[in-house]
Amino acid sequence: MTFPKVRVPYLLLFPGFAFLFTFFILPIVNLAQTSTQTPVKGGDTGQYEQKFAFGNYITAFTENREQFARSFIFASFATVLALAIAYPLAYAIAFKAGKFKNILLVLVVAPFFTSFLLRTIAWKQILGEEGFVVPGLRSLHIIGQQTTLTSTSIAVVAGMTYNFLPFMTLPLYASLERIDPRTIEAAGDLYANGITAFRRVTVPLSMPGVVAGTLLTFIPAAGDYVNAAILGSPNTKMIGNVIESRYFKIVDYPTAAALSFTLMAAILILVTLYIRKTGTEELV
Amino acid sequence: MSSDAISARGDLRLTRITKSYGEFKAVDDLTLTIPKGSFFALLGPSGCGKTTTLRMVAGLEEPTVGSIHLGDTDITTTRPYQRPINTVFQNYALFPHLTIFENIAFGLRRRGVKDVKEQVDKVLNLVELPHLAGRKPTQLSGGQQQRIALARAIVNRPALLLLDEPLGALDLKLRRQMQIELKWIQREVGLTFVHVTHDQEEAMTMADTIAVMNEGKIEQMGSPADLYDNPQTAFVANFLGQSNLIKGKIDGSDGDNLVVDLYGQKVSMPKKRSHAVDSSLYAGIRPEKFRISLLGTPVKGNTLTGGRIEDVSYIGVSTQYVVAMPWGQELMVFEQNDDGVPPFDKGDEVLISWEPSFTFGLRGDEDIEAGTEVNPEDLEEE
Repeated sequence: MTFPKVRVPYLLLFPGFAFLFTFFILPIVNLAQTSTQTPVKGGDTGQYEQKFAFGNYITAFTENREQFARSFIFASFATVLALAIAYPLAYAIAFKAGKFKNILLVLVVAPFFTSFLLRTIAWKQILGEEGFVVPGLRSLHIIGQQTTLTSTSIAVVAGMTYNFLPFMTLPLYASLERIDPRTIEAAGDLYANGITAFRRVTVPLSMPGVVAGTLLTFIPAAGDYVNAAILGSPNTKMIGNVIESRYFKIVDYPTAAALSFTLMAAILILVTLYIRKTGTEELV
Repeated sequence: MSSDAISARGDLRLTRITKSYGEFKAVDDLTLTIPKGSFFALLGPSGCGKTTTLRMVAGLEEPTVGSIHLGDTDITTTRPYQRPINTVFQNYALFPHLTIFENIAFGLRRRGVKDVKEQVDKVLNLVELPHLAGRKPTQLSGGQQQRIALARAIVNRPALLLLDEPLGALDLKLRRQMQIELKWIQREVGLTFVHVTHDQEEAMTMADTIAVMNEGKIEQMGSPADLYDNPQTAFVANFLGQSNLIKGKIDGSDGDNLVVDLYGQKVSMPKKRSHAVDSSLYAGIRPEKFRISLLGTPVKGNTLTGGRIEDVSYIGVSTQYVVAMPWGQELMVFEQNDDGVPPFDKGDEVLISWEPSFTFGLRGDEDIEAGTEVNPEDLEEE
């Protein structure tokens, strides 16, 4: 069977388009409609009609400014921490692991064999009174004898850092592994000491991995609600938690939809600025 | 370890260098002096230890035993960035994220040189690529990348420039052109060049001194003409060009000459060109030194009779004959085509003659196949 050459790309694109149209475009249009609905006067809870009430966005944002800010602060901390942990790890796997390379890579993705939820609940145990972290830190007098870690911002950020670490490590590894070690040798040959060679050659050449890894960590972290729900307290609520409770508890669909759109827009703007700033479009 | 290694100048001396990887000795008790200002080639097949030697000089590997001096400074354990030595890497290793200008400026900036722009422009002019300063390495052809890699190294005016198979990735025509250019640039800048290659023609074209390496040791060192005309081992005789090696026995002497018996026929050769240790030897003659004559023609010099032309290959500038000798050996003869058509045909009964002083003598216990094996890795690099 032969196809005219021009049609082949479209045929190949069709399944993807069909899938995205059904499960992304349509729901998002639906979500956009919902975000401007208002309650039916005298109707039941959860009954809304289309009114193009764009004021929903303003109320939704002003009522939840604090949670928005917290989402981006937590996500930023988690991203920076994940980068600080993942870069040396990915570097070691790419350049120093030798025959253990594949084993280490399997270990990096091994957490995915267990559910995200279970792993987060496990962190509750680890950071709890009965775990070894809190008594350990107490006996070293790093934290006070009464201080706890569960239900704190630290616990939420720690949980997010842990959960998104593989998303940071893998792209970093991929771009470090692609670096020709001879370019690093060449830097040494051209009077750069280890630190300078790292700063001037290794880091710039790994930027595509840094950008991909930080985006893959920051974006889901900013919208995450599981870590805050399980490891946090009402005082550490993130915007994801607000959206979740608006949808499922208060049944306030318009506000939840408006918050979702605001979150998407905010992330889109931040990501665009970030990619502009790092100037790595051509490398990604 | 010396802090002023960076300003060391002078001859490069390797003293009893050994580099072992477990049981395997990549470089075995190597001693070598490379005079300042020379164009020196380390020539040998893949795995002979030449690249390991180069990497030890660059500081990228440390010798297991032995010392490396540059002038009077011991640089055996000096870090690469503290050595006044730059390398043109195989496949160039240009920095893909930097422009050509910044690639070349890299070494100057690290050393805090003032007039970076001026020096980079100068070296870009030297390699005739000033218009490429703003490009990235991936936008350049192989030949252009090669020149930039060279420019990036020589702009630093190192005491020593190392070239690791610098032309290996180029096609034949471009490689020939770059060989001549490299030699010209070396004379122009007056730096010491140490060149590692498996291509004997490349080494002979460029270097004033060649060290032929085999299995971690130096087989022979000398000028290209020395090595070619008077090889001391079968490996050198075969690795540099082709050789006819005929088994013989020393049968007395005649003044400065030895009389050698080659399967019952007496020939002579200069005593000082014999490297035999007892009466058995291989008489070596290069294929282009032989002359072919029809049986019965009077000839001068050494002669061997009883040959029969086995094969004729006309290759334009010359004709290659394979001549079968009565003792079963096939000799290779190259004749210039100065009279046009090759004068001999397959099956002609001929005698072979040559000037006695062109003969060289190898030890009778040599492996005459040494250096003739074609390494599959070398073929890939071609």
